[in-house]
Amino acid sequence: MFLMARREHRLVFKNIDVRGYTRDIACYQKHGGYEILKKGLAMGGAAIRDEVKKSQLRGRGGAGFPTGTKWSFIDPAKTTKPIYLICNADESEPGTFKDRQIIHKDPHQLLEGMILSCFANGVKLAYLYIRCEFTEGWKIMEKALEEARAAGFLGKNILKTGYDLEIYVHRGAGAYICGEETGLIESLEGKRAYPRIKPPYFPAVLGLYMCPTIVNNVETLCNVKHIVEMGGEAYANIGRSNNTGTRLLCVSGDVVRPGYYEFPVGALTLGQLINDVCGGIRNGNRLKAVIPGGSSAKVLKAGEVYKIKEKGLDGKMLDKEVGLEDLRLDFDTLAAAGSMAGSGGVIVMDHTRDMVECLANISAFYAHESCGQCTPCREGVLWLKKILGRIAEGHGREDDPALLKEVADRIAGRTICAFGEAAAWPVQSFISKFKAEFSARIARNGSASRHDTISLLH
Amino acid sequence: MDQRLGTIRFLYSIEKNMSCCQTHSMNPWNHDVAKDELDLVDVQVDGVWLKMPKGLNVVEVAHRSKNFIPHYCYHPKLSVVGNCRMCLFEMGTPKMNADRSPVMGLDGKPEIAWMPRPQIGCATGITQGMGIRTDSPLVKDCRNGVMEFLLINHPLDCPICDQAGECKLQEYSVEYGTGASRFVEEKVKKPKNVDLGKRIVLDDERCILCSRCVRFASEVMKDDVLGFVNRGSQSTLTAYPGKSFDNDYSLNTVDLCPVGALTSKDFRFQMRVWFLKETKSICTSCGTGCSTTIGSREGKVHRLTPRENEAVNSSWMCDYGRLNIHYLESKDRLHRPLLKAVGEQFPGTWTDAIHRAAEGLGKVKPEEIAVVASGRLTNEELFVLKRLLGELGVTRVDIVKHNGQADNFLRSGDGNPNGRGAELLGLSSGGRKFSSWGAEIVSGKIRALLVLGGEDVVAAGIPASALQKLDVLLFSGILGNETSRLAHVVLPSAATAEKTGSMVNVHGRLQRMTRAIPAPGEAREDWLILRDLREACTGGNSLHSVEDVWKAMAGEVPQFTGLSWAKIGDLGVQLEARSSLSEGTLVRA
Repeated sequence: MFLMARREHRLVFKNIDVRGYTRDIACYQKHGGYEILKKGLAMGGAAIRDEVKKSQLRGRGGAGFPTGTKWSFIDPAKTTKPIYLICNADESEPGTFKDRQIIHKDPHQLLEGMILSCFANGVKLAYLYIRCEFTEGWKIMEKALEEARAAGFLGKNILKTGYDLEIYVHRGAGAYICGEETGLIESLEGKRAYPRIKPPYFPAVLGLYMCPTIVNNVETLCNVKHIVEMGGEAYANIGRSNNTGTRLLCVSGDVVRPGYYEFPVGALTLGQLINDVCGGIRNGNRLKAVIPGGSSAKVLKAGEVYKIKEKGLDGKMLDKEVGLEDLRLDFDTLAAAGSMAGSGGVIVMDHTRDMVECLANISAFYAHESCGQCTPCREGVLWLKKILGRIAEGHGREDDPALLKEVADRIAGRTICAFGEAAAWPVQSFISKFKAEFSARIARNGSASRHDTISLLH
Repeated sequence: MDQRLGTIRFLYSIEKNMSCCQTHSMNPWNHDVAKDELDLVDVQVDGVWLKMPKGLNVVEVAHRSKNFIPHYCYHPKLSVVGNCRMCLFEMGTPKMNADRSPVMGLDGKPEIAWMPRPQIGCATGITQGMGIRTDSPLVKDCRNGVMEFLLINHPLDCPICDQAGECKLQEYSVEYGTGASRFVEEKVKKPKNVDLGKRIVLDDERCILCSRCVRFASEVMKDDVLGFVNRGSQSTLTAYPGKSFDNDYSLNTVDLCPVGALTSKDFRFQMRVWFLKETKSICTSCGTGCSTTIGSREGKVHRLTPRENEAVNSSWMCDYGRLNIHYLESKDRLHRPLLKAVGEQFPGTWTDAIHRAAEGLGKVKPEEIAVVASGRLTNEELFVLKRLLGELGVTRVDIVKHNGQADNFLRSGDGNPNGRGAELLGLSSGGRKFSSWGAEIVSGKIRALLVLGGEDVVAAGIPASALQKLDVLLFSGILGNETSRLAHVVLPSAATAEKTGSMVNVHGRLQRMTRAIPAPGEAREDWLILRDLREACTGGNSLHSVEDVWKAMAGEVPQFTGLSWAKIGDLGVQLEARSSLSEGTLVRA
């Protein structure tokens, strides 16, 4: 068991970093590329959708919504308008760098997954919305599309099945909010990436150009290829129930071996990831805190114990007390611990980290990225940043921690999109879990910051 | 009680719906009217069950049930964007049994499961059994939060802000805000005193980014010139680079702006709004007759703003009409009666002026008299004139045609505000008769000309040399012009803001105007001038007030039968169906 946990289960990352593996189509095909596409085209769209549903695949973008269910909102047979599929490659959550690896090192895997997903849902036109800052990735994807077109995997009458599909790469508008599903759609339509008001909660009915639209993450679409390859049930056997398949994990921060890893969902605990896979905390330091799913996830503190309901062997729900390092890295466990699996970005902090400055840094990011559409986020997030910057600079006030919490509480749940929560959750969790540290920082006011966080704040 | 309230609001909504049909083409959205006002569902608003039209948004439902939900960005005539978050409310849905039937409470009404997350009222349409809380602790906290957020970077320069007194930030601060600020950081700096267009100045620091102006320009005017640049708290309203917000309806955004970000160059720094007396009137700059509110103080009109009237102008008016108030203080304004003696005009008394005018008309035969009745006079004034002419036996009467600049929105191609009224009273041939009067004066057929409504007949085609041939030239008007300078008697009259009366617009809608300020100097309302002239000419007089004139007129003019002055109301009365009117039915009648 111990050894099993340390061994990666590479599915999406199978060929990544394999010596001699290149991103051109010839290499991809040599490794069995586009064979699954042929299989999928022979299966038919409904069968693929069925397999994806059986696989219990959950979206890898951050929210973890079941992909099969998302797809089922659209019935290609009954829809008169065109159906669009958008690949969300606007990866910009701090601490997350998995999609970038796929784009840079195995672009055709993404295309194969995309083409299969498009075929399954009767999509004739799809977009790959790629983060503006991924300049290299954009060029790589354009080249990969060209190769796929030349090879007959895209365009008219794909592999003589009569199925037509075109995919365009659209470069993002250079903002975090462009990764929000509806903001992305607005941006793709040529407007400011202002997220749309909900409901409708999904763009399934009124999406791109007011047509039914599916938006999936890069990793999610790659997984579709593997589901078609092995079948939904076999895929569901990887990982745990309701938390199936593999998950790309991006570990950053104070560990010996940070980087990207792929494991079955829930196959290992946070402690195993940090200590066994990543070689432990660096410099022999102690673990202080972990942000388990990208910078917007609530922070978990070392030494915390969580009450979690878990299905026992007899099928009954059991209440269990679980320590931080024993938390399974899956959607449900992390949600039960009050945080989230999010985008898979695991940020590890050791005991030398100043929590005030860490939070000030996170808030500076969200204040910079708030789109400015709705009031609580536009005004509140910048306010959070300013208070935190002031505390970090040694001008804190006694009431500041309470004020920070109140401001954050008045943002979360009251905004147009989930950005409000993304900006408020770190503040809420840092303040409540590291209250003493904030108070101490305020008490020793006047002493300047030890780190260079302040330069980030201005 | 609750049921009855619902019914009253429901009847009100039907009326609103019916009148609203006419402006559907003008406004892309009319959120204040349900798709089907008769398709009712049960909703619980603050504990009271009501019947309201299905799909109507919660802000409107609250409004109809007298439970106000505050809002900044929402406007019933613009698209819903939900960005201000001021209209957050607590929403509930019916609790369901296993068989999907609603769980009934002890009061026989469905029980409601309340959602923990507040929803925006502007974007939420009501469904059967929905629960709405507009005043719960959560809702209050939401509003308090939004108020605090909106004010932290606001300059708080109310003492020098034109919006002060009619500012939603001020109003809602009183209702939902906190007295003190917890904000000790530096405020965001943004552009101030930005020249957005010919008539509008923008203060970006006051702007709350509600996007009402952006939506108005884009959705109603189809002039997509406004937008936001930058991000987050630095978001800034601006005009497209190199473009300017100059369209003829730009000042409506000043009304739409809930704060002091957009101000009118014409009105700013002129008068504190709380000093303004508001008088309901109509605009007389063209035949549309938009409903207006005159804002005046101490005998001076400071501004004209559109008054909501779905049958005429919805919530809008053109900049041309709105700003057409400065002639009231023009240096050409006629303040005293003028009498011509030895080739020059001298100020005189009203008694002398009316006497000279009556004397002049008495010197010539009735068939030698021509009267320019003017489509700028009110129905009442025209009616007194009609009596006078009837008693004198004068039949040569017409109006001068004025061409307006039609714009396919509000501005009409007919420049006369009451050309229809003149037709209705039989005093107009639409300028056809008038066109031959120049020749008839020259040939001596016409020896006396009475010009009303300040018409400049010289500009309308009768040469000054012809007018000089007349035995009698009487002129009544607001401003001096070529014609007035040739007149033997000049009778100074009152402008729109200075008189009470009614007019019929080009679509056949009868509307009232009310006197807001007194006429300057000795100038008088036309109906009084005509009444006195009539008394001097024929001795006839039984009219002592505008209402008297209306009463007499309603007894004689078939289209006005059964209408009392009060019945016309603030929104007016449609005399005939619009469609038939546009084909000219009224002209034949």
